[in-house]
Amino acid sequence: MIEARHLRKCFGDVVAVDDVSFRAEDGQITGLLGPNGAGKTTTLRMLYTLLKPDSGDMTVDGIDPRREPLAVKRRLGVVPDSRGLYDRLTARENVRYYGELQGLDRATIDARTHRLAQLLGMQDFIERRTEGFSQGQRVKVAIARAMVHDPKTVLLDEPSNGLDVMSTRALRHYLLGLREEGRCVVLSTHIMQEVAALCDRIVIIAHGRIAADGSAEQLLARAGKSSLEDAFVTLIGSDEGLLA
Amino acid sequence: MMAVFKKELLENLRDRRVVVNTLLLGPLAAPLIFVAIIWFTVQQTIDRAETALELVVVGAEHAPNLVGWLRQQGVVVKDPLDDPEQAIREEEEEVILRIPADFPEAWRSGRPAVVEVLTDRSRRYAGTSLSRVEGLLQGYSRQIGHLRLQLRGVTPDLAQALRVQTVDLSTPESRGGLILAFLPYVVLITVFIGAMHMAIDTTSGERERRSLEPLLINPLPRWQIMGGKLLATTVFALATLGLGLIAFTWALKLLPTAQMNMSLNLDWKVALTAFVLVLPVALLASGLLIILAAFAKSFREAQSYIGLVMFIPMIPSFWILINPSRLEIWMTWVPLLSQSILILEMVRGETIEAVWMLTSFVSTGALALLLAVIAGSLYNRPGLIFGDG
Repeated sequence: MIEARHLRKCFGDVVAVDDVSFRAEDGQITGLLGPNGAGKTTTLRMLYTLLKPDSGDMTVDGIDPRREPLAVKRRLGVVPDSRGLYDRLTARENVRYYGELQGLDRATIDARTHRLAQLLGMQDFIERRTEGFSQGQRVKVAIARAMVHDPKTVLLDEPSNGLDVMSTRALRHYLLGLREEGRCVVLSTHIMQEVAALCDRIVIIAHGRIAADGSAEQLLARAGKSSLEDAFVTLIGSDEGLLA
Repeated sequence: MMAVFKKELLENLRDRRVVVNTLLLGPLAAPLIFVAIIWFTVQQTIDRAETALELVVVGAEHAPNLVGWLRQQGVVVKDPLDDPEQAIREEEEEVILRIPADFPEAWRSGRPAVVEVLTDRSRRYAGTSLSRVEGLLQGYSRQIGHLRLQLRGVTPDLAQALRVQTVDLSTPESRGGLILAFLPYVVLITVFIGAMHMAIDTTSGERERRSLEPLLINPLPRWQIMGGKLLATTVFALATLGLGLIAFTWALKLLPTAQMNMSLNLDWKVALTAFVLVLPVALLASGLLIILAAFAKSFREAQSYIGLVMFIPMIPSFWILINPSRLEIWMTWVPLLSQSILILEMVRGETIEAVWMLTSFVSTGALALLLAVIAGSLYNRPGLIFGDG
């Protein structure tokens, strides 16, 4: 479970995140929806401890990332915006490296890799070097290496970026599976269909602030619109970023 | 930390370009080029000194005795040319002897008779022939001078007020040391070259591939991640250094040292001592290059930064070249300079005191550790993690 309260982060004069508060429950998929530059990535980076908030506080399963960054990192599985695989290593070696960094033993890593390869459909390319992988294959490897330590909480930054229809469907299926297992899944996206299809709870971020927070039905009711897209525009007060 | 170390090594050993450049060409090129150059020079000098001297003599008829004496000395006297200056300029001849028409008259009247030696000193290949011709002419002049004095009942010794004897106490090893003077430079630059690729690949390369952010999300203190990278870079630098020294030691055995009247004091024991001596430099170079590369956003940018510091390993050698002074104790405390000086002493066949090794090791090691600590703290700066920082 993630709780964020009044997070704020500035880079020089630029206020990237102004005031963000939300909760993400276990067994739910929470979507951070917002136009590009709304502060989604910065919010996630604060949660996975690579950035320190200027003010506000947050907990992951009750642990403060600022006090115990390593403990939080062990609980988190993160697929960041930069997927960055090692091209000279095979998909399996990429996953194994992260397993070793998590401090897992070889047998555990091998067993988990086997399971993840099955779940994500990676058997065909797991022994190949990741050089020349398609976007879909890269995202699968990035997810596998983020999940190798079996984290309770999963953060994904724009996971479906650059994926084709089939890969997106496979990704959705996998994320729903994670929810079934009772994990806390948070994903950021600017794609409306994605939140509509996946998320139990939608947190709309615009200009570094929370514009709305609730289930899809609640948001529709609140904006008085029949489509989520219209609701979104109404709630953030403009249609900027939707075309991106 | 070991996981990072192992992965960086594995990844870079997979890259054929890296292996060929860093582990093969880097350490092997310098010794082979060096040995080839020395071998060629020595062969040429020997050839020139041993083959019969061919000499064009213009105006031989004015001094038949001199020319006859030259022939006796084994000189192949060639027929005169129409335009001797032209022949020199066009590099047809290296040296030409010209005997002017007034030679006989000066000779008979006991005045110094002028003979001209034509050459172009800016052509370095002519040097050997020139000094041979000059030596022969001096010898003839002295011989005739002595005869003239004796005819007049004067002992020729009177004309020689001094006899200079230079006693050369250099040993074959120390003469070999002259040739090996560049060795410290090659050794240090090899270490830097060995560290360079790895330093860039593990830091700015990681950033350029956008794999640094996910890497740092792993539950490992950041200094450990950097530590693994630093360790891998150091091991790579050491591998390059080791291969370089092996190549050098082996290549020098190919040189005709006996003909050069010197011995090259670079055997396996000296090579091993040099390796131990330069050990901390590997960490120093890795730390320095990693610090620089970590600030760069891309491979290319890192290469341009590092280009600026690649002259650092040259400084001690240049300093020694410009200011050739004796070994002083303070020098053994200066990183890079101490290694250069001590390697020079070793190849000269001098004994190295253990305490010098120790001070060099300690001072360099301390500086290297300082750089390592700085490197270890770098990933605490968000600006170095995200490309946009």
